[in-house]
Amino acid sequence: MDIKYWLQDKKNLVFLALVAVLLAMPFVLSLFRLTLLGKFICYAIVALGIDLIWGYTGILSLGHGVFFGLGAYAMAMYLKLEACGSALPEFMVTGGLTSLPAFWKPFASFPLAMLAVAGLPLLLALIVGFATFKNRIKGVYFSILSQALAWAFVTIFIGMQAYTGGSNGITGFTTLLGIQLQNPMNLVSFYYFAVAMLVLVYIFCTWLMSRGIGKILIAIRDGENRTYFTGYDSSKYKTFIYCISAVITGVAGAIYVLFAGMISPKELDIAFSVEMVIWVAVGGRGTLIGAVIGALLVNAMKTGISETMPDMWLYFIGMLFVLVVLFMPKGLTGVFVKLYERGKERFPAVRLPFGRRRSASMRGKGAIS
Amino acid sequence: MKSWKKFLGVSLMALSLAITAGCGENSAMSGGSSSASGDTVKVGLLHSLSGTMAISETSVRDAEKLAIQEINDQGGVLGKKIEIVEEDGASDPQIFAEKAKKLLMNDKVATIFGCWTSASRKAVKPVVEGANGLLWYPTQYEGMEQSKNIMYMGAAPNQQIVPAIEYLLKNGRKKMFLVGSDYVFPQTANRIIKAQLKAAGGEVVGEEYTPMGYTDYATIISKIKAANPDVIVNTLNGDSNVAFFKQLKDAGVTAETCPVMSFSIAEEEIKGIGAQNIAGDLVSWDYYQTTKTPANEKFVAAYKKAYGDDRVTDDPIEAAYDAVYLWKAAVEKAGSFDVDKVRAAAGGTSFDAPEGTVKIDGDNQHLYKYVRIGKVNANGLIDEISATDPIKPDPFLKSYPWAEGLSAGSN
Amino acid sequence: MDILTILFNGLSLSSILLLAALGLAITFGLMGIINMAHGEFIMVGAYTTYVVQGILMPALGDGYFFCSILLSFLAAAAFGMLLEVTVIRRLYGRPTDSLLATWGVSLVLQQLARSIFGAPNVNVVAPSFLGGSLTLLGVSMSYKRLFIIGLVLLCLLAVWAFLYHTNFGRKTRACIQNRDMAQCLGIRSKRIDCLTFALGSGLAGIAGCALTLLGSIGPTLGQNYIVDTFMVVVLGGVGKLIGSISGALIIGIASTVFEVGSTASIAKAAVLFLVILFLQKKPQGLFALRSRSLD
Repeated sequence: MDIKYWLQDKKNLVFLALVAVLLAMPFVLSLFRLTLLGKFICYAIVALGIDLIWGYTGILSLGHGVFFGLGAYAMAMYLKLEACGSALPEFMVTGGLTSLPAFWKPFASFPLAMLAVAGLPLLLALIVGFATFKNRIKGVYFSILSQALAWAFVTIFIGMQAYTGGSNGITGFTTLLGIQLQNPMNLVSFYYFAVAMLVLVYIFCTWLMSRGIGKILIAIRDGENRTYFTGYDSSKYKTFIYCISAVITGVAGAIYVLFAGMISPKELDIAFSVEMVIWVAVGGRGTLIGAVIGALLVNAMKTGISETMPDMWLYFIGMLFVLVVLFMPKGLTGVFVKLYERGKERFPAVRLPFGRRRSASMRGKGAIS
Repeated sequence: MKSWKKFLGVSLMALSLAITAGCGENSAMSGGSSSASGDTVKVGLLHSLSGTMAISETSVRDAEKLAIQEINDQGGVLGKKIEIVEEDGASDPQIFAEKAKKLLMNDKVATIFGCWTSASRKAVKPVVEGANGLLWYPTQYEGMEQSKNIMYMGAAPNQQIVPAIEYLLKNGRKKMFLVGSDYVFPQTANRIIKAQLKAAGGEVVGEEYTPMGYTDYATIISKIKAANPDVIVNTLNGDSNVAFFKQLKDAGVTAETCPVMSFSIAEEEIKGIGAQNIAGDLVSWDYYQTTKTPANEKFVAAYKKAYGDDRVTDDPIEAAYDAVYLWKAAVEKAGSFDVDKVRAAAGGTSFDAPEGTVKIDGDNQHLYKYVRIGKVNANGLIDEISATDPIKPDPFLKSYPWAEGLSAGSN
Repeated sequence: MDILTILFNGLSLSSILLLAALGLAITFGLMGIINMAHGEFIMVGAYTTYVVQGILMPALGDGYFFCSILLSFLAAAAFGMLLEVTVIRRLYGRPTDSLLATWGVSLVLQQLARSIFGAPNVNVVAPSFLGGSLTLLGVSMSYKRLFIIGLVLLCLLAVWAFLYHTNFGRKTRACIQNRDMAQCLGIRSKRIDCLTFALGSGLAGIAGCALTLLGSIGPTLGQNYIVDTFMVVVLGGVGKLIGSISGALIIGIASTVFEVGSTASIAKAAVLFLVILFLQKKPQGLFALRSRSLD
């Protein structure tokens, strides 16, 4: 990827500006707010994953919480075993187990647990994606299926109390590889790690979308049959991007556990999965910067509103869903792009700073809409 | 390159904006410091005001507010008025953890009154332990836990479940069918019950769990009728109770032939179930609205005056009310709001509560409580049919030989 | 447990699922609108019954229940019409968007119920003539369950008669099969859409009224049914009533049979997995509407 070319896209510059702000945050925010922002950054990474499949490929998944949960549980299981040492986790004792179940054993090793963080979502996405896309289940059918899948997983996770901690989830970690989780300096390091992951994933996504495959995915979104008849096996491309998205979401889930200090089946739930989609919708689907901004913004608002007037949050998020879908189908990014274009039309004499030529993704954007 | 200048400008602008926005808060790098002083003291209320648990938790929150109001009217604690910081846990353990963190680290509250489900308590536990906060937990629970940063105001298993089973056995109801929601409290409670029955010569003729929000109990009721128990021991939670009782009564299982002993149904829940569907069935708590003490008369009158005549009081509501007063007593004994000092002073602190005089057990930070077996009447209230003197809390059931192995190795 | 009891329990569960899903079969199956607020329309029906009980029960006694069936239908239909005019109308042909928008609506309606009626459950007293149960061939069948089976048959009959034996129903089907052509022939499709959506919502209201007999009435009532009802419609195949009927029967009876052999949690998860698996085989559901069009 040509770095000069990458920098010519104003959206990427906005992203860099955002990262600069995020990097400064530990000097500004209190520790509690920083942990919160750390969580939001994980959400932003999730939003990138959602944007890949929904914004670019047109697959609406309402069950991405499962991938988030799998990554998070893999991490939490490792942390729990580290916290317990040789003892059995307390929920297993109250659940009547006398020895560690076999499927928990690999999670005692850090490399294996990290492998599972990416591997479990990948495996599930591969199975689900391969079957459903191959069978040409698409559109809302896929959405409903993914929702049922999330529901089934939540039921299982809650039901198997002795193995998963049930509705309590997994809590009570203290250290990661001997590093104290609650220590302020360590939290700041985790925060920077999360920001670094966000940058990495963002660059990876822009790179992926600038390649041929990005164009094919957009083609699938805009006319799957035509793409299919042109000779591209759309189900393979869809499965591929679905897996990528699942892995990104799983990794975000694992980092999230470091900030949240726990994981419960609530984070696998449908409600949470739908919330992920609304982040992307608010920010602007089909643009990566939109997904990131949407996730940060919606969650900041959620915190603000639920702290000042808890009863209002559902009204607010509910109305936000409706209004964004009705009046801002391209989200905030769409609004800004429109304003920018209008400004350019109105003042053609003013040469806007980097308005020399429309970048690749902008041109792509025109084709999308 | 021009674009770099622009980029730098934008980032600087955003940065300065962020700094202004973040003003007034201690940054993570500089580290937090000093708690608020002045003539008020902040306490946190942390309950679900939205989501599935809002059903139960809003009235608990109301009771805490009532107690705080009363204390403020009498001049506050150590001469300081109590200032409430309220947060919504949204029925999500993860949000409970986050909000607890906020209350302790941002608002620097002196203490937190909150939580209801085991899940929310387990989520908040590491937070209060990490930041050395103090949580007053109002509900009865499955036991097997003790944290120096939590004060348990509800019944431990030996103050609710064990005496209830003893009562049933004494009355000749030896064949029991266990029905519960598929989560932690019912499963742990039923393990305790099974161990107890094994030792005492009772029999479990069936054990069923249903997922949250389950609404069709036809199959389970058929299983119950086939097993023909003497009593049904019910640990269902929330909405499921309504469906269960409505469908059970239609199937002809009456309170005379086979009563239901419930551990999660209090006066508040009976309103939603409908008194006609549950009248005659048994419950086990430490307090009922009908409990006859002078303190309770005052409490019920004050609660109804504050929130309306159609509201009822029940065990968790009363426990939450007690919690505020016990905290006040402990603070006054310690002469300080400091958590360590309050905890040290808390042991032996007592309060003339609506249920009778309750006392904090300094060893495990649970309460000495009265145990009352009750029968639901046609008005939706509960009549006491058997009561004990205050029982010493025993969260790990160490004083019961049959309970060995239930808590082995837990930390 | 004998086989007849299992069969009756399964049939009863199927009837409840079908009643809850019937409205969805119309709005989703026929119109292609993913109405995530469908569960909340069920809730509207349940709360209407609660309100009607408060007003009419002193005067009418048990008879209030029949009034409340009607009024639940009207109340939910009115909500449906309002939703159609303000939101759904702008989203025809954008199914995933309609899904998101109606999800938002469902959150608002839940919180609205909480603001008006309070967070705790409210209680509806079932009419006394529906108390108790009938024992036949050793199977105990509660009158409420029998009533719901009867009610769902009645609703099916009404919907069928409406769709296939009225002028309006004919126009509705015309719009479903080929909207452009129907418009060319002078059918006011917007009005048809609005009324059809109201009908589907109204049926959810009836379901809500009937469910007060068996379950809780609270702000989150609708959430308990939303996934199940969608599974019924999707499994049966979109666009045919017979599909929804068989979908409900399969899911209802399968859940009951699994539950007899295992636990309720396992049964629930197993049925969901089975439906997902089945749809891999037949993505269009049991009864697919045949069409030559692509996309």
